[in-house]
Amino acid sequence: MSISFTVNGAERTTDADPAKPLLWVIRDELRLTGTKYGCGVAQCGSCTVMIDGVAQRACVTPIDAVAGADITTIEGIEGPEAEAVKAAWTELEVAQCGYCQSGQIMTATAFLQETPNPTDEDITFAMDNNLCRCATYARIREAVRRAADTLEA
Amino acid sequence: MGKLTPTRRAFLAGTAGLVIAATLPRGARASDGTQPFVPNAFVRIAPDNTVTVLVKHIEFGQGTWTGLTTMVAEELDADWSQMRAEHAPANVELYVNALFGIQGTGGSTATPSSWMPMRQAGAAARAMLVEAAANEWGVPAAEITVSTGVISHQASGQTATFGDMAEAAANVSAPAEPTLKTPDQFTLIGKDVSRIEAAQKSNGTAQFTIDVFRDGMLSVAVAHPPKFGATVASFDASGALDVPGVERVEQIPSGIAVYAQDTWAAFQGRDALDITWDEANAETRSSDQMMTAWAEAARTADLVAEESGDLDAALSDAAEVIEAEYRFPFLAHASMEPLDGVLEFGDGQAQVWTGSQIPTTDQAAIASVLGLQPPSVTINTMLTGGSFGRRATPDNHFVAELAQAARAAGPGAYKLQWSREDDMRGGYYRPLTVHYMQGGLDSDGNIVGWRNNVATQSILAGSPFEGMIQNGIDATSIEGSTRMPYDLPNARVAMANMSSGVPVLWWRSVGHTHTAYATETFLDELLERGGKDRVQGRLDLIRSDAGRDRAVLERVAEMANWQGVDAGNGIARGVALHESFNTYVAMIADVSDDGGQPRVHRVWVAVDCGIAINPRIIETQVAGALGYGLSAAMFEEVTLLDGGEVDQSNYDLYRILRHSEMPQVEVSIIESTMDPTGIGEPGTPPIAPAVGNAWRALTGETPKRLPFVAV
Ligand code: FES
Ligand code: FES
Repeated sequence: MSISFTVNGAERTTDADPAKPLLWVIRDELRLTGTKYGCGVAQCGSCTVMIDGVAQRACVTPIDAVAGADITTIEGIEGPEAEAVKAAWTELEVAQCGYCQSGQIMTATAFLQETPNPTDEDITFAMDNNLCRCATYARIREAVRRAADTLEA
Repeated sequence: MGKLTPTRRAFLAGTAGLVIAATLPRGARASDGTQPFVPNAFVRIAPDNTVTVLVKHIEFGQGTWTGLTTMVAEELDADWSQMRAEHAPANVELYVNALFGIQGTGGSTATPSSWMPMRQAGAAARAMLVEAAANEWGVPAAEITVSTGVISHQASGQTATFGDMAEAAANVSAPAEPTLKTPDQFTLIGKDVSRIEAAQKSNGTAQFTIDVFRDGMLSVAVAHPPKFGATVASFDASGALDVPGVERVEQIPSGIAVYAQDTWAAFQGRDALDITWDEANAETRSSDQMMTAWAEAARTADLVAEESGDLDAALSDAAEVIEAEYRFPFLAHASMEPLDGVLEFGDGQAQVWTGSQIPTTDQAAIASVLGLQPPSVTINTMLTGGSFGRRATPDNHFVAELAQAARAAGPGAYKLQWSREDDMRGGYYRPLTVHYMQGGLDSDGNIVGWRNNVATQSILAGSPFEGMIQNGIDATSIEGSTRMPYDLPNARVAMANMSSGVPVLWWRSVGHTHTAYATETFLDELLERGGKDRVQGRLDLIRSDAGRDRAVLERVAEMANWQGVDAGNGIARGVALHESFNTYVAMIADVSDDGGQPRVHRVWVAVDCGIAINPRIIETQVAGALGYGLSAAMFEEVTLLDGGEVDQSNYDLYRILRHSEMPQVEVSIIESTMDPTGIGEPGTPPIAPAVGNAWRALTGETPKRLPFVAV
């Protein structure tokens, strides 16, 4: 049975096993490689994508759960929040190894879309489930702050 | 301009552009003896005016692409915007790490081992461009200047870009000894040029090994034994072969390999295997049992690594003797990208894509499995999601498994993907270690004796690097325990070599991960007992020839406005000083008691790493290394259950530091004209003792068993 959904605005259909996680459909079938595998069990956030505008863990989302849904990956995020976040990430050179950063950026973008004037505590709370083994946390906080300030200005 | 060698050291690479290979004094001799030196190839200048640096050290977050490219650009007088970086291929003759004798990254050596070669390569390239321009314009080379990527001859008004001169420069001989700048002439070094791969790591386009796909490629998952040292007794593949997408199953030396159309199917197929394991040679002790045995051995450790005075006499004469035992668990690197690699082979050639920390031996290991000569194996080093030592395995076990899986299935393309569980349970941990310490104080509270016994498992024993062990002592087991910056009379450092079936490995800062904690918290306790201030007490003990240690400690005390351990409002302060890999670091941490566990609010860091190539990257590396060390001290522990199985398999039980636990970090870099030293690791060791010391100031007890928090 085939399952249809949109990814970054394009219609997609897969014949995958309905239990197959969205992560592996995105990566291995669609070859959108910005979304990363880090843990496979919703512990790290490296696989974060937006499903109907909400940040979700693709590694634990079975593909049949996204039938008819609108999925956005790091390759497809746009709009003022996404632009502000990516610019802040580049300017502040947040990434070290970079592997977790697509997930961080997706979480930050979804957060700023929901929360236009965050406090520092809001930022820490929102980002707390995205792990970074390189411990780039301080720069991440700074970058979310900068993106929020840019959007407000 | 330097003198020119008669033989040409420049050659054209590909269809267009110039690869400039500088003749370097450290190059290996060619085997036929006719060439004085084998050239190194670091710089490629394209007609489109981009300058690409071939970086001989893997970029896994520590900034080698930017740092090494800065060294070349500096001597080339390039414009930073024209610079590019890519990983150099595996070629030990061209890309040797002079500190190792092979091509490899580790021990925070990328910067120091590149400092001369990369600058010489840049300076040679510059000289050749100038020579080419002089020939073309018919003017003396000495009248030509180069600045921000523009070659000019003022008198004639001629100018050219590097790209304009690339082809002509290919016909010019390289200078034997290009003149290098003095630090006062630097315009890029020390100036925070922008990180070269920042944009691609901010939009999802950076390519890691996991992102490599080849035509017809099969994904491979390998079922490994549940205990270290166990092997396959028998297996039934039928369940796996029933999983849609699974193509085949093969036994390989490290386990059972499942080949599938994609990663998910490979993982599913592996779960469906039915394997009986032979545990006859398995390690079946629990880590608790090992800890007890290590602790006993530490008491009587007698392999002396360093000794001064008469410790036994000093302790028996001492007014007070204090003792302490420190227990350190196995630690997993837990890099965010689990181990992975892609291999494609056929027709006597192989191509590999992986995060290779030791390309020379990885290449040899793959070649040996596939029955090829090493030069027939091309290694494409990919951007890598962390490593912290994990991808530098002396036994090359990961790439060997990849090659075994490929060989078993025949010519084609294969991606071996370890799951997070494979990675966490797969061993190669920071060794489980116990320190037993004794300290003697005289009636004035002065330290009169110091014993540091270390029981641990050698990383080098049984590996191809075993030859580095001297008199039974693997330096990586005790580094940081010896050659301390303090004058401690009647001191003895001794060790006991322990062994287990658990493979162990260097983990960001290696032996310093435990020695810094044991020495700096025990010293702190002795100072307190002796009624001394923890900063002034250390300064009073620092040897007269340890000026760089002194300077970082003085700097950090000034930054934090140190007034003692009590910072008021329920906050206590801890200080620690530790040099590793020739980089000097001192930290002061502000810590409170958050329901029985430390909360670290703020950390001040002073660091001396010689000339600071890129202060911004140094700051982020120090903060990141500090976070890595804090994470381990707070939460990390790999335990083996009764029977020998690893308990942790993912980030749920192997808990790592989160956003809300990262302190505010302020870094100050000591101004220096000394040659640069590494920065990837030295920020890790001092944080745990700084926090442990603050914790003792809060509660009266130094945590003696790490991690501080039971997960
Ligand atoms: S890979 Fe999905 S949360 Fe880690
Ligand atoms: S940048 Fe390396 S894991 Fe976050």
